[in-house]
Amino acid sequence: MNTLHVHLQPAHAGTLESSDAFVRVMPNDQAGVEIVLESSVAEIYGDAIEALVLQTVLSMNVDRVKVTVQDKGALDFVIKARVQTALLRALGVNEPDWSTL
Amino acid sequence: MKQKLRRSMLFVPGSNTGMVCNAFIYQPDTVMFDLEDSVALSEKDSARMMVFHALQHFTYQNIETAVRVNPLSSPFGLQDLEAVIRAGADIIRLPKTDTMDDVLEMEQEIAHIENRIGREKKTLLLAAIESALGVVNAVDIARCSKRMMGIALGAEDFVRDLRTQRTKEGTELSAARNQILLAARAAKIGAFDSVFSDVKDKEGFVHEAQYVKGLGFDGKSLINPNQIPWLHKVFEPSKKEVDWAIEVCEAAKDAKEKGFGVVSLDGKMVDAPVVLRAEWILDLARASGVLGEEQ
Repeated sequence: MNTLHVHLQPAHAGTLESSDAFVRVMPNDQAGVEIVLESSVAEIYGDAIEALVLQTVLSMNVDRVKVTVQDKGALDFVIKARVQTALLRALGVNEPDWSTL
Repeated sequence: MKQKLRRSMLFVPGSNTGMVCNAFIYQPDTVMFDLEDSVALSEKDSARMMVFHALQHFTYQNIETAVRVNPLSSPFGLQDLEAVIRAGADIIRLPKTDTMDDVLEMEQEIAHIENRIGREKKTLLLAAIESALGVVNAVDIARCSKRMMGIALGAEDFVRDLRTQRTKEGTELSAARNQILLAARAAKIGAFDSVFSDVKDKEGFVHEAQYVKGLGFDGKSLINPNQIPWLHKVFEPSKKEVDWAIEVCEAAKDAKEKGFGVVSLDGKMVDAPVVLRAEWILDLARASGVLGEEQ
């Protein structure tokens, strides 16, 4: 995934159950990564969660994307898994390079 | 060789995030993440990704992990393998193993992935036998690969194949259980019984667990964490067994120190398999907490 991915379809992953996160990704007109976070622990962990989401999106070389995360008390690895799944779905990738995830 | 205890193998659906995050808390001997039957077709990718990350999380570094992957004949099987071998799964559980070729094909793919990613630790295999054909071929399945650590009965699919249904008595499973146990022992690998689906029926569960333990099975697959303490209690050795095992092990140690080739206890010769059984009972006793770690 060395090329920059700017063409993606709207997609989502996850659930609204406890310990999970529901992540939606949408194409965005503007360059960069826009993150909208909804979390009951946003006051304490909001910055850390947003940084994790941003790092995950950038490591997959995706740009011009809006990522909405509804966090239900998810661990870091759960949020990462949900963001990656939503992005792979948005990009139509069924066989990712696991060494980069 | 010291045998790892595998009394309890807890199934954890890869699509159930809460269970994926918390299964280690219940301390089963093995956590068995499932990417197959418990995961809807539309969530195969998300479950695979979740298990990929869970396997690498620190909470699963000190507990044995297995993953039931989708069959290689499905569009998901190979991707499952790629993800979970890279993530460090200890064991791959093959679903619906009918023949030796099913195992060999899986082994070949695993070896290929391990070589490609440079994984030194060999991934082990656990074959689930879930059909009449699989039971008939159990000996070949159990013996065909050095990676095989055990074979397990998958009773739900098996009874469907036999055109019957499961009963509390379990008579419909007796032929399969005996065949699987004999095949496993002939191959010197583990034998694991099927799940008990009625999670509220403690009495029925304990009865079945006592029965399969009596047959010689090493453990059971479980679908609910509540069943773990029930099962471990069934496998807990009695004080009489522990006392006997301590005596045998002390006699064996004494014989070794004195350079005797033969172990004797109360004037009777003790065979090597008896010493191994005594060591296994002490392992069970330690795991059950009835014996301290140092004893």
